[in-house]
Amino acid sequence: MAATPLLQGAGIPANLLLRDAHLLDPREAIDARHDVRVRGGEIAGLGAPGTLEKGEDEEEIEASGRMLLPAFFDPHVHFRTPGQEHKEDLETGTRAAAAGGFGGVIAMPNTDPVIDSAPLLRSLRDAATREARVPVGFLGAITRGLQGEELTEMAELREVGALGFTDDGRPVASAGMLRKALQYQRLCGGVLTLHEEDPSLSKDGVMHEGTVSAALGLRGIPSVSESTMVARDAALAGYEGARVHFQHLSCEESVRAVAHAKAQDWRVSAEVTPHHLLLSEEDVRGMDTRMKMNPPLATEEDRKALIDGLREGTIDCVATDHAPHAREEKEVPFEQAPMGTTGLETAFAALYTGLVLPGVLELGLLVERMTAGAGLFGLSIPRIAIHEQAYLTLVDLDAEWVAGEHGWESRSENCCFAGRRLKGRVLLTVAAGVVVYRERAFSVVAA
Amino acid sequence: MNHLLSIEDLDRAEIERIVTQAQRFAEVSDREIKKVPALRGRMVLNLFYEASTRTRSSFELAAKRLSADVVNFAASGSSVEKGESLKDTVLTLSAHKPDAIVLRTPWAGAAELVSRWCSAAIVNAGDGKHEHPTQALLDVYTLQSRLGGIDGACIWIVGDVAHSRVARSNIIAFQKMGAKVTVAGPPTLIPRGIEALGCEVRFTLEELDSADVVYALRMQRERMSESYLPSLREYAASYQINGRRLGPRQVLMHPGPVNRGVELSGEVVDSPQAVITAQVEAGVVVRMAVLYELLAGTRESPPVPEPQLA
Repeated sequence: MAATPLLQGAGIPANLLLRDAHLLDPREAIDARHDVRVRGGEIAGLGAPGTLEKGEDEEEIEASGRMLLPAFFDPHVHFRTPGQEHKEDLETGTRAAAAGGFGGVIAMPNTDPVIDSAPLLRSLRDAATREARVPVGFLGAITRGLQGEELTEMAELREVGALGFTDDGRPVASAGMLRKALQYQRLCGGVLTLHEEDPSLSKDGVMHEGTVSAALGLRGIPSVSESTMVARDAALAGYEGARVHFQHLSCEESVRAVAHAKAQDWRVSAEVTPHHLLLSEEDVRGMDTRMKMNPPLATEEDRKALIDGLREGTIDCVATDHAPHAREEKEVPFEQAPMGTTGLETAFAALYTGLVLPGVLELGLLVERMTAGAGLFGLSIPRIAIHEQAYLTLVDLDAEWVAGEHGWESRSENCCFAGRRLKGRVLLTVAAGVVVYRERAFSVVAA
Repeated sequence: MNHLLSIEDLDRAEIERIVTQAQRFAEVSDREIKKVPALRGRMVLNLFYEASTRTRSSFELAAKRLSADVVNFAASGSSVEKGESLKDTVLTLSAHKPDAIVLRTPWAGAAELVSRWCSAAIVNAGDGKHEHPTQALLDVYTLQSRLGGIDGACIWIVGDVAHSRVARSNIIAFQKMGAKVTVAGPPTLIPRGIEALGCEVRFTLEELDSADVVYALRMQRERMSESYLPSLREYAASYQINGRRLGPRQVLMHPGPVNRGVELSGEVVDSPQAVITAQVEAGVVVRMAVLYELLAGTRESPPVPEPQLA
């Protein structure tokens, strides 16, 4: 592929001395306190705490044993540019990513217009070099206008930098159409990234079909709407020898379908969102529109199966499916509200609070799964090692905060975790060697 | 009680209190002058996003008998058709300082939502397929009057449960009053998971004779086009309450309007077992009791919830 996969605006390469940080990088097998030097945006030195000398033009940051992690990677965000900048744009979206400790993201093409041709992708990538604070990559659409009827010019989209293809927001309903895209992948490469849902089963559903939808009188989406499509498309990918990635798994049957596909050595991978790992249909009972997303929050059993899938590696990575919507769009009755929750700014803290603190998932494993997404799209996964470009997130695991209490970096506030007391606060994010985020209170203390 | 948003929010004692109050108002309805000054100077706003002559006029009559001022606002032909959001409509109408807003919408949870946007007492007069609490209260009242009590009664709710807010509110209300509830209907129209509300589920009427009360739901014609049913004829053959299926000691209820020849045969509608007109009558006194409960005396403001650990 000729084009640079990820793009961001100009920034000054950082010269930092992070004093006495607790480094945790599962891939480098580091779990200890070190001084870390970043020079010209590269990791230039590691040493025992207190041993590195502060260089002349270096900023010294007293980490005092706080966690320094490889910056997270989110393979599934909606930044709404072009066409729906009232919800989010490249600048506010990447600012939210930086505030959540993310050093890279992949934006979905279901914008207005849909990113289904090379000129559109080219101009979007141009905008990213001006507006994006953290590196952002883009997927192209599988079918024109997400209509599921004609393939896009996938090869040309790849040439101008599409990391892969998706009709996200919608499934590719026709098996025959998806098969053609899988065949075409042999020519152009790029991961086919699939939002799975059988429209004849999900229809006008607004939440998971089950006891809560029955009690609320809301039209349900049965979980087989997703799992039968995961099973179908895994089999198609196996048949064609193609590479597919399943987005936002939401139920136990889907995890089983992916496990089955992996057992056949079919080239599949999968992601899960923080909200599906932490919330269930019970959270929809109050009909809070922030709890309305697609796929919907399912049962407690589904949630446990997703956690197990993530732990065991059936699910490869965490993705937020960050889906901003304007206040007036969400401030309506549940059935009228658009689907989606924001997630970049709360992902780590919510998962740390909800899974790591109660002992359900180890911190190292969470960090592995929050960074693994890059690898699935052929990108290098950030590592904390000498000569690597710095992708770092400094986190205070003891800091307690209420999500949204100081507002959001995102232009939208439709976060399903808003108002929850969380532990674990991102203090500093370095992406592609540039300091892209400092928590306000911390930067005051650090200075 | 600050609002009446759902039957779920009421306990048995509160339901009984409203029913008892309604019985007192029933005596007023028998007088030559049917009006009491209980809510003089109060304003009740009927805000209806769905066509409804019966429920709206029942509320209107109830408010007028309590001497309240009534304003009717129908969404069709209003600012709503110009694209005004529910929130803006409610904020605008709230500027007139209504004491109560009676709200009917096609959207579940709308009444609760509106209760957060204004200080008026909100009465849910139907929110989508979710709830219709005053219907449940008037049905409890009607049964109470007919049977003397509901405790231990076996009540069958028959028909399109999936699309019925009446069914949902009644499943909850009847059980709170001590009845045993069974829902029956075609498998396509019984929502998966409904048994979590505590009711039994049947897909045939074979055991209907065990019921003390048969509550038939309205079958809407548009369900045919969505393939929930092959035909009204087939529905009637399997689920119509008729002289053959309805036993002589069973009470027959229906929320109206009735489709004669579909969910009910003409003979049972006209039979002495049917309490359908008594239900309509009960509607006015029960709604008087609800408005009285909400508006007479002072209102307390609800507590603000604390953030929780995720």
